[in-house]
Amino acid sequence: MEPVILSCAELSTREINAALAALPDGASARVLEPRGRHNLAVGLSNRVRIDIEGNAGYFIGGLGDGPDVVVHGFTGWSVGENLQAGSVRVEGNASECAGASSRGGTIVIEGDASSRAGISLKGGTILVGGNVGHMSGFMAQAGVMLIGGDAGDALGDSLYEAVIYVAGTIASLGSDARIEELTESDVRAVKALAELGGASFGHVQPENVTRVASARGLYNFDALKDQKY
Amino acid sequence: MDQPQPMNLPMDAHRRSGAFPPEVIAQIQRTATEGHYEIRGWGAKRDLPTFDDLLFLTASLTRYPLEGYREKCDTSTVLGTRYASKPLQLAIPVTIAGMSFGALSATAKVALGRAASAVGTSTTTGDGGMIAEERAASRLLVYQCLPSRYGFNVDDLRQADAIEIVIGQGAKPGGGGLLLGQKVTDRVAGMRTLPAGVDQRSASRHPDWVGPDDLRIKIEELREATRWEKPVYVKFGATRVVNDVKLAVEAGADVVVVDGMQGGTAATQDFFIEHTGIPTLAAVRLAAEALRDIGMEDTVQLIASGGIRTGADVAKALALGADAVSVGVAPLIALGCNSPTYWQDGSDHDASDGYQALGTEAGYCHHCHTGRCPVGVTTQDAGLEARLDADRGARQVTNYLKAMAMETAALARACGKSDVHNLEPNDLVALTVEAAAMAQVPLAGTEWIPGRQDKI
Repeated sequence: MEPVILSCAELSTREINAALAALPDGASARVLEPRGRHNLAVGLSNRVRIDIEGNAGYFIGGLGDGPDVVVHGFTGWSVGENLQAGSVRVEGNASECAGASSRGGTIVIEGDASSRAGISLKGGTILVGGNVGHMSGFMAQAGVMLIGGDAGDALGDSLYEAVIYVAGTIASLGSDARIEELTESDVRAVKALAELGGASFGHVQPENVTRVASARGLYNFDALKDQKY
Repeated sequence: MDQPQPMNLPMDAHRRSGAFPPEVIAQIQRTATEGHYEIRGWGAKRDLPTFDDLLFLTASLTRYPLEGYREKCDTSTVLGTRYASKPLQLAIPVTIAGMSFGALSATAKVALGRAASAVGTSTTTGDGGMIAEERAASRLLVYQCLPSRYGFNVDDLRQADAIEIVIGQGAKPGGGGLLLGQKVTDRVAGMRTLPAGVDQRSASRHPDWVGPDDLRIKIEELREATRWEKPVYVKFGATRVVNDVKLAVEAGADVVVVDGMQGGTAATQDFFIEHTGIPTLAAVRLAAEALRDIGMEDTVQLIASGGIRTGADVAKALALGADAVSVGVAPLIALGCNSPTYWQDGSDHDASDGYQALGTEAGYCHHCHTGRCPVGVTTQDAGLEARLDADRGARQVTNYLKAMAMETAALARACGKSDVHNLEPNDLVALTVEAAAMAQVPLAGTEWIPGRQDKI
């Protein structure tokens, strides 16, 4: 089946999203000339493939529950926010808060992600081929991140049960985050994640990544223990 | 037993310190022992200018009243007329505020939902997501989108009747939510994707946007995900009300919810509760004025909340410019909060042991944070939750909401209005200079409105 062609030069965001939501499972669409348009392909629950042919704005693929979205360009803030199922792949760089609060599915940033990537993560998988900015993985509750490049300051601050793998360097860890020993199952997991990420994760050596997880020191209040918030 | 001898103290022995009264001494002593602030439930307990400081100038010779029991006075209220294709149609201008499953027991949520449905109004979810029981009980359910995003998902978003983006709340504007470990049971933890038993500290900012320009995009996203059907409310704690209202409207809100500092909470730091935000009285007037300033008073609806208890409060909030109010603590009291007894298996039982175990007594309890609510309202303990009878609770809240609506309408009729929304600032005077200044209505017996040069 030929992909449906939708152009941002001619259609409103509402018209594009309505057309995408109407696609039957298995169909595909190409969104042309996005020119930084926000909220493309949000809140979709159908199993479709959507190619966004250029740079796009905020919340691309947000609240998704099934579709596979590929951005052939860069994205603004919070790509794939609250993703539940399906995937969002960004071939370029992503701005802040990539994959914020995502609960399932996979978000792949082939380039760099900015600060707060994976903030509030609730079960999703976030793969970044390049670097991430400061406060990435902030308050991440569940799910996994693989960072192919370097991580900025305060990585994994106030982590709960999410796990972050970093192939490059870590500028600093956030409160209550700690580096843990890499087990064989971690190595297997990283290998699988790198394969899922594709070519831009070819440099990742699963046995050499750093595992960051919660020290669980802030799970319960204890003011007399000098907790660092 | 030996009685303690009455001490022969001089008349001025119990000289109370203004700066360090006994309750402040106790607070310092407690802080010195525990090393941190007090966390508690409810809203501000200090004395504040309130709606009680306003009076109605009901009809006499210059205006004629409507017949109290015979002539119609409309209480129906529509929220979300600006962009939503399906605005909320309420029978009364009183809604139930957001309170989480987690803070409240499931039984309490169900009882509130049934009562709201019985009187034709809405309930609101809370931090932690939507439970099936509440969706089933509430005919109209407002789904909150909070900074934590606990339990937030697109399926529940679609089965909501309205969406409320929460920037903050009156009890703690600028602070995130708390739910202490004893209330984070397996079910609560599962809904929030947290390990059971953690002291859950919610974020105070949204994870995916900051500021008014981003909010506009966020609102568009939520509308796109729900086909522009549902009203989008924006709720914040009352601080810089005028600018916040204007920015929320500019960002595309259908409804603005302003929560004054008396607004309740199930667990917040006492210093937040008592020392942040402004009183509801001032907040309503500022919000209404902000909407008028930008010509949006007939397009965007205003909900006021924070310490509203009676139909008189509702009528005064409406007169100052609100379209509806939200109540939280008050319907919990109707359910049984702070009652000396609870109703179980067909009879009343004494709850005083429960209060005593918390170091309090009925009438003073604000210990929602402990999860040991002696009357089953703010608990996740199955034994305590069983002390709340959903049918009886729903009936009590129904009675309470109906009475509030009747009081509101009765005051409106007495002011000569055939619709409660026709009440206006002109119908009010203030008892105190403070209330006159905050509400911008004249001090009773004068034509003086503090801060205004012109006479009314």
